[in-house]
Amino acid sequence: MLSSFIFDFFFDYTFRTVALGSLVLGFVSGTLGAFAVLRQQSLLGDAVSHAALPGLVLAFLISGSREPAVLLAGAIAAGGLGMLYVTMITRHTFLKQDTALGIVLAVFFGFGMVLLTYVQRLPTAGKAGLDAFLFGQAATMLVQDVVVMASLGAGALGILVMLWKEMKLITFDPHFASTMGFPTRTLDVLLIILTVVAVVVGLQMVGVVLMSAMLVAPGAAARQWTDRFNKMVLVSGLIGAGVGVTGSVISSRVARLPTGPTIVVILSGVVMFSLLFAPGRGIHFRTRIRKKQRWQFAAETLAVHLLNHEGSPEEATENSLTALERHLGWDLIFAQRVARWAVVNNLVSQTDGSLRLTSLGRETAKKVMVR
Amino acid sequence: MDTSRNALEIMDLTVAYHNKPVLWDVDLSVPEGILLAIVGPNGAGKSTLIKAVLGLVPAAAGQVLVYGKPYPEQRPLVAYVPQRGSVDWDFPTNALDVVMMGLYGKVGWIRRPGKNERKLALDSLHKVSMADFADRQISQLSGGQQQRVFLARALVQDASLYLMDEPFAGVDATTERAIIDLLRELRSAGKTVIVVHHDLQTVTQYFDWMMLLNVRRITSGPVEQVFTEENLHRAYGGKIAFLSSSSSPPAEE
Repeated sequence: MLSSFIFDFFFDYTFRTVALGSLVLGFVSGTLGAFAVLRQQSLLGDAVSHAALPGLVLAFLISGSREPAVLLAGAIAAGGLGMLYVTMITRHTFLKQDTALGIVLAVFFGFGMVLLTYVQRLPTAGKAGLDAFLFGQAATMLVQDVVVMASLGAGALGILVMLWKEMKLITFDPHFASTMGFPTRTLDVLLIILTVVAVVVGLQMVGVVLMSAMLVAPGAAARQWTDRFNKMVLVSGLIGAGVGVTGSVISSRVARLPTGPTIVVILSGVVMFSLLFAPGRGIHFRTRIRKKQRWQFAAETLAVHLLNHEGSPEEATENSLTALERHLGWDLIFAQRVARWAVVNNLVSQTDGSLRLTSLGRETAKKVMVR
Repeated sequence: MDTSRNALEIMDLTVAYHNKPVLWDVDLSVPEGILLAIVGPNGAGKSTLIKAVLGLVPAAAGQVLVYGKPYPEQRPLVAYVPQRGSVDWDFPTNALDVVMMGLYGKVGWIRRPGKNERKLALDSLHKVSMADFADRQISQLSGGQQQRVFLARALVQDASLYLMDEPFAGVDATTERAIIDLLRELRSAGKTVIVVHHDLQTVTQYFDWMMLLNVRRITSGPVEQVFTEENLHRAYGGKIAFLSSSSSPPAEE
């Protein structure tokens, strides 16, 4: 498989184009998407991509050409205009950003669909393929398309790297940034423009409907694996790129499997896996820790109880499991399980139903009492 | 009066939300080297006053001078400690990195902070007894520790005027102590500190000056002159009954 992959990469034009395109797209959208996730603007990508549709179609109607540069310029303009509306709505009305994003998404996408349907009834040649922008059609990509994608992406990432610390600062604490004299609003708008570019880069491949997944999913997954900002953004980009290439390989091996949706499905799998199994933040990990803490705490309570009665006349009765029921309110089954946990962890020894602290258990109990 | 000797001079400051005034015609002169508490009931505009000084909320009218010049010319002289709840503490970064952000303004555009900035930030964490937590992910810090990280970020700016928004809100006793020690240290170094505060019981103990604010400035000056039952009554209205019954603690905001 690997050798044929390498062979195809060098000799199969379509496959190479698609693989390169998804690599570029995955990396650019993953990187900028990490910022969107941290700024709690995950919906932004969805609104931008849907808002781009009327721009694409209008660019085609006006210019009559299907040149990617022309169509993408239209998409950027419409996406940008959509974001401008979102900003204006949140600033001048009482509506919150999520509502504004929802409104813009629906209105622009609806208008885009109207235009698209209109264009498809036109007798003009070359209209074919515009609807591919809905769900993406990687197979139609040419080298020129990848070049346009790569140059747009490189430009966006170049600006991002140059203003790295400024962008990080406005993401974490915009008010503080502006007290140090950074033009927070301008940087904010710039970051949104870069996000618009990232979205537009992916339209031909993944389409307006699924594009937001390319933006949000890598960031959401990456956050699970690291607590460092730089690392998170890089990991996010790499997840995007890795999944992009994997998806294009798989869809090239299996007949009639569309590239964009395949990539998005794999990406969702990566997110699920990260949410469940990442060390530290993963659900599986946290449940395990919590369970362990629960037994640990109960065993420590038991140790303290035993220590309190150690050497006293009532020791013989207090160190039985039934005494725990009376004193700590534990039912017998729970008491048995705690005792077993304590024995396994060498805090307590058990002979003939009576419990006795080990030296480790005694030390632990003393430490707990001081705490 | 020679206002250029004042750390902060606020004249006729008015802030409005649509047609509802949040601050009305506020004047305030803050001499250099004092600890000033801004005190007033909920919704009195305490935080808004600080934010308006810093240009974070637009002023409808008025003027703000920092050491005799408009604030935008004096930015490096002013450090700001926002409310702890104003940021997402799950942001992927550690305590040291947050403190280094205080130096981004000095580092300037595009350039990255380096070794020297790391050292300054670590020194600053040391001053708030947080050096041991430099590498700690910020969500793993307690509320008090997060507050101290914010203070360290302001300290590293090496400013002359410090504006702090409720640094005592919801912190443990250790942190309260640490903040107070720090405020006094700043004062002995000739710095001026303005703190939004809502615990009337500790005002006389912690601060030299206080300003009573309730949309308008009620009064301001040395604590012993301002902290009178009559003034408090004017700021809080009938809600101040607990004061005369002395020891009962004031309600939390």
